[in-house]
Amino acid sequence: MPKKYNIMMETAPPRFHPVGKYATVEFREDCAGSCRECVKKKCVSGIFKENYLHAISMEEPEYLYTCQSCFRCVQECTRGIFSRVIDPEYRTLGDDYWRPDILNRTWYQAHTGKVPVSGAGYRGPFVGKGFDSMWTDMSEIVRPTRDGIHGREYINTCIELSRRPDRLKFRDDMSLGTDVPPILEIPVPVMFQHPKFGVSGGNVLLTMARAAHELGTMMFIRAEDYADAFAPYAENLIPCLTKDNYQDFADIISKTRMAELAYASGIENELDKLRSLHPGLFISIGIPLNKKAASCALELVQTDADTLHFYADDHGNELDTENPRSLKDTIREIHLRLVENNMRQKINLVFSGGIAMAEHMAKAIICGADGVTVDNSLLIALECRLCYLCKADKPCPVKLEDADPDWGSQRIINLMCAWRNQLLEVMGAMGIREARRLRGEVGRSMRFEDLEAENFGPIFGERKVSGDK
Amino acid sequence: MTNDKWDPNKKFQLPEIVETPSRFRNTIGKYIIRRNARCVSCGLCAELCPCGVHPRYENYVLPLRPLAHKCMGFECKENDFFCVDRCPEKALTLKVNPILETLGDYRWPSEMLIAHWEMAETGNLPKVGLEHSLGCSGGGFDKIRFRPAESDKYPDISDEDIDTSVRLNKRGDGRPEKTISIPCYGGGMSYGSTALSVMVSRARAAARLDTLTCTGEGGYPLDLLPFKEHVITQLATGLFGVREETIQFAPVVEFKYAQGAKPGLGGHLLGDKVTANVAAMRETVKGNALFSPFPFHSVYSVEDHKKHVDWVKEINPEVLVSVKVSTPTDVDMVAVGSYHAGAHIIHIDGSYGGTGAAPDIAKKNIAMPIEYAIPKVHKFLTDEGVRDEICLIASGGIRNATDVVKAIALGADGVVIGTAELVALECVRCGNCESGRGCARGIASTDPELGEMITRDWSEQRIINMYMAWRKQWCEILRTYGMRSIRELRGRTDLLVHLDYLDESERIKYKPAPMKQMII
Repeated sequence: MPKKYNIMMETAPPRFHPVGKYATVEFREDCAGSCRECVKKKCVSGIFKENYLHAISMEEPEYLYTCQSCFRCVQECTRGIFSRVIDPEYRTLGDDYWRPDILNRTWYQAHTGKVPVSGAGYRGPFVGKGFDSMWTDMSEIVRPTRDGIHGREYINTCIELSRRPDRLKFRDDMSLGTDVPPILEIPVPVMFQHPKFGVSGGNVLLTMARAAHELGTMMFIRAEDYADAFAPYAENLIPCLTKDNYQDFADIISKTRMAELAYASGIENELDKLRSLHPGLFISIGIPLNKKAASCALELVQTDADTLHFYADDHGNELDTENPRSLKDTIREIHLRLVENNMRQKINLVFSGGIAMAEHMAKAIICGADGVTVDNSLLIALECRLCYLCKADKPCPVKLEDADPDWGSQRIINLMCAWRNQLLEVMGAMGIREARRLRGEVGRSMRFEDLEAENFGPIFGERKVSGDK
Repeated sequence: MTNDKWDPNKKFQLPEIVETPSRFRNTIGKYIIRRNARCVSCGLCAELCPCGVHPRYENYVLPLRPLAHKCMGFECKENDFFCVDRCPEKALTLKVNPILETLGDYRWPSEMLIAHWEMAETGNLPKVGLEHSLGCSGGGFDKIRFRPAESDKYPDISDEDIDTSVRLNKRGDGRPEKTISIPCYGGGMSYGSTALSVMVSRARAAARLDTLTCTGEGGYPLDLLPFKEHVITQLATGLFGVREETIQFAPVVEFKYAQGAKPGLGGHLLGDKVTANVAAMRETVKGNALFSPFPFHSVYSVEDHKKHVDWVKEINPEVLVSVKVSTPTDVDMVAVGSYHAGAHIIHIDGSYGGTGAAPDIAKKNIAMPIEYAIPKVHKFLTDEGVRDEICLIASGGIRNATDVVKAIALGADGVVIGTAELVALECVRCGNCESGRGCARGIASTDPELGEMITRDWSEQRIINMYMAWRKQWCEILRTYGMRSIRELRGRTDLLVHLDYLDESERIKYKPAPMKQMII
């Protein structure tokens, strides 16, 4: 039996105080001053004690990240001098897709490597857009058992990035008669993508490349950003090239296992030339995820490309349209187009853009992806607050460029450890032991539209409002 | 098959409502009313306010801090007793409490929480204008409404004469004809996940309400024995604390196959919460995390399941058997399988509920919400011709009295309540049930200090008060439709509408779904 894949997490505390959700307001002028029942001394989370320590070291008081929102200080203060507000800085984090709670949870996972756990039930909207309009299935009587999925009853999360032959042929003596192309396999269905914005100087990209190397996954990187320092991780890098410039990067191509060419007309004629620079090179084609993506996929599956890599926008939406569809629908369309044409098995589909949580990875695979890439989440793992100050050439509040690669790569590894464990939880509940088996397995999911039609349709009739209203 | 009609001779003796204020000094309310230094303590506000916002005691003339949570707020402006306007010194100010923004979430918005605290305090519907029936989730129960009724059906009967009981054994198999007097019973919360005082007070409340509560999977504390007729023994995959005698105590044994908050993931009690007492109860080692595996390692078919049901029935010839499952795609098939295995109750637990700690990814994403599962299972059991021989109990995201009757109208016989009972004990849904020493408010903690924060008398009465307030709402709805028993409401989907399935002209006749954007 091959060695079981595990990700080793190790606590990597933040360098800066993360922005917490709550701020405690204290009307000190009303304080009795000598109260023996002071709630600050009784705080279960000890946040005020920490605050005193910060005062001693002359740092800015900070107790936001650790407040657990139990309201006891508010309710027990003898003078009622405490109140609470949402931390104004918390509101400014991210945007309506990369919500503050996503950032906060990503920081937690990068810090601890643990799966986010909470009590008291689900607290979000009933249904949302895109991936938030589907649920994954489970089975009451299922293997593997949950207590075994993190070790004894192994769930394989490997995917391939290499092309597969249509079918295997055997000679009369039953020996294999097909030339089986080399296999490029990665142990997790998630790769890294150079973020479209953000601090990429200093050691940031190197940190990401190192984490990719230690995890055994791959990282898509602009060829222009490659430097000698990346050499130890070259096998885990996929330089992104165009048909006009790939000749200029022959040296890099010779060191990597895979390269990506941006889609352009006539690209099929360049693949052999690219491969001639490094025989055995695996090739990905980077394609904008727009209305033409499905027909483009069908066209390119006829070539010798190994993987098709589709780029959605930062929110996981289709490009170049006023009414974009989400990844959930576009992945499904592309996957099914290839299935209908008996081509799906030949090629791998990877999707980028808007993969913000572990559940997005699982649901993208259910919709038909082989794998996904993460981009902004890598920056967030390094404490990025998505404040976008860097876009205006202003200094980064968490000094991303100064991040130590040891610390940073561990933060990314921790995040991926938590994501993989969440994938295992979801797959374990379904009774699926192979990430490759999960691909396109919509029977193991439930779509909002279907549940409404099957269960509410017979009761309430025809639905008049779409799901996300 | 047994007759499921209402028995007019069986009347529920309603437990007494006793005002049970918050255990905290500063109760959180919707409004803040402040008294400034201009106050001369004339006492006019105390005389005027019918809600008791301004406490004043004999022989004590200094002004006291207003009990703002009792204030009716700006609705009171029309009244001639509006203290803010009547104060001769203009010493009072009123505003909406800004803390509301930091409280609650889409499913349990701040007003729903505060309303339930008030119901648990007074046993009545809140006087303050609080939205206690609808959350901001934008779907499911929050978009389902009852149709207006024909007014001539409205019967002139008191709450006491309305039957809210549910029959648990419909199989006619010679086992006890067990009935609970309200259409709810308490969900399983184990010793270890909640404080012992909480467990015992829930059992005491269940006894006085003539309903049930459930041990959860943490063993059977002996403190529950005086109420054993009202305590379900849960038999889950870890089999913690399950013994022959705990099955013999119980009127109902619940097989827990899965739970809605973490379907397919079993249970996990973190080592921090495994104190010496918890370990002793579960017959394990202090400080060691405890897993309830998933699934039952000895059940891989309906036949295996039947074998387990038969064991329990053999050990206790008087017991009823409940089977708790989650809500996968094939939940309807699972329900029928459980019926054929001999279950009396099929308990389906939807994905959005749960009380204890669970991975966030599971709570949000795995299995379907209960709103879909109820009609699915009800219809399938009906089509299979066994609906009237099994009791269908729903749980998981049923938050308030209106959700209960909506669930029943969708097809359930009754529901299981977990979170709302904890909210009655002043849970703020901060979600930190599992971390460190556990719940800082002493509800979900076995910490030596925190676990003793709640007294049994106080929490028993708070739970009773909340259910009595709920019962008033159920009776009002039943009267609206001319019904004398809640059993008449089961499966009456013709009384329901869903806002998204109505034309605009029809939709505006109903209360719109609250759609507040929240920061979670």
